[in-house]
Amino acid sequence: MIQKTVSGVIEATEGVKSNMTFMLGGFGLCGIPENSIAALVKKNIKGLTCISNNAGVDDFGLGLLLQQKQIKKMISSYVGENDEFERQMLSGELDVELIPQGTLAERCRAAQGGFPAFYTPAGYGTEVAEGKETREFNGKMYILEQAFKADFAFVKAWKGDEAGNLIFKGTARNFNPCMCGAAKITVAEVEELVPAGSLDPNHVHIPGIFVQRIFQGEKYEKRIEQRTVLKKE
Amino acid sequence: MLDKNGIAKRIAKELQDGYFVNLGIGIPTLVANYIPQGIAVEFQSENGVLGMGPFPFDGEEDADVINAGKQTITTMPGASFFDSATSFNMIRGQHVDLTILGAMEVAENGDIANWKIPGKMVKGMGGAMDLVASAENIIVAMMHTNRSGASKLLKKCSLPLTGVQCVKKVITNMAVLEITEKGFKLLEVAPGVTKEDVQKATEGTLLIEGNVPEMILD
Repeated sequence: MIQKTVSGVIEATEGVKSNMTFMLGGFGLCGIPENSIAALVKKNIKGLTCISNNAGVDDFGLGLLLQQKQIKKMISSYVGENDEFERQMLSGELDVELIPQGTLAERCRAAQGGFPAFYTPAGYGTEVAEGKETREFNGKMYILEQAFKADFAFVKAWKGDEAGNLIFKGTARNFNPCMCGAAKITVAEVEELVPAGSLDPNHVHIPGIFVQRIFQGEKYEKRIEQRTVLKKE
Repeated sequence: MLDKNGIAKRIAKELQDGYFVNLGIGIPTLVANYIPQGIAVEFQSENGVLGMGPFPFDGEEDADVINAGKQTITTMPGASFFDSATSFNMIRGQHVDLTILGAMEVAENGDIANWKIPGKMVKGMGGAMDLVASAENIIVAMMHTNRSGASKLLKKCSLPLTGVQCVKKVITNMAVLEITEKGFKLLEVAPGVTKEDVQKATEGTLLIEGNVPEMILD
């Protein structure tokens, strides 16, 4: 067994530098790598490019990095939940590339799987297609999108083992599996880290080969953005 | 004239047995409350769940189980979770039968704009561009006019596009309209709304052929 365990978030985030490109898993605040983000906030790094579906909220998730102006550029599909983000974007302090959500997922997976680019119909005829190669297949138009290149991917899983194997839970899975192995170094934080041999190999969602560092997060707040509940009769 | 729930009720009549349906944020989300009796449909949410159920009871919510609007949800028997790339394979690969989404503007050729107001509102497209570029069957759910009373059914969209020539049907608080090669064809009017009212509220080409029936809601 090849050991992927690191002592904690400090060791897991070793080597991050200013001006790097990071991938961060999560949809809204669901399934975000909370502990890794908290560690990045404490580091004196700036000029970051972050690939993440959303940008957190003002005081949680990637919003924390935005507050400190550590992010130079965001590549996301939807950023509606963050006032500071909108302010920095409209004032021009923050460079933002908005791309279709399926394209975002696939550009991660292309990087994971060694595809330089792929064709998708999403965004054809819109400003997303500007400057991109287009091509017709079977009477329909597609645009060429390229795989991402990133230095680190920070992902969050429910359970993991010392070999880096990961199991996700619920919709906290989202972009996390797509980002594993899509950057030079993938850092996985898990709610529960177990010895190798404890996970049934049949249940593993992401094999450890896609993960370089794994640690158990100290604590998880798992903040809910829109608590919608029904009253019991 | 219908309210938002009325629009959702009318759209629910478009659901057919065996449909996999993606509901957008806003009015489309309400459609799940009006599934016709005796048919089975499954709701897909692009953040990675098929077989979405109602909101959880107070105290039973799970931060790890949400919909694309970031609301806590439950799942139905037979539900599944998956990653974002798989989710968009369902959408791009046309495995989802019906997409219902909101819009700021729809043009008479089926163009749709719903993600950006330059210099003002920039929330992003989320999954909307993937959905409209791929789905065979797209219904737009929206109010017929905007807050200042201007028509949202136009000759040509003025806002940045989300997709081109993709919308098939529009259901508003005033009418059901089909996108045809010649423009918006008026199929039904809402209770209390006349053809003339719809004409006045529609900037794009409106085709009225013969008698236009009133929507049946219940």
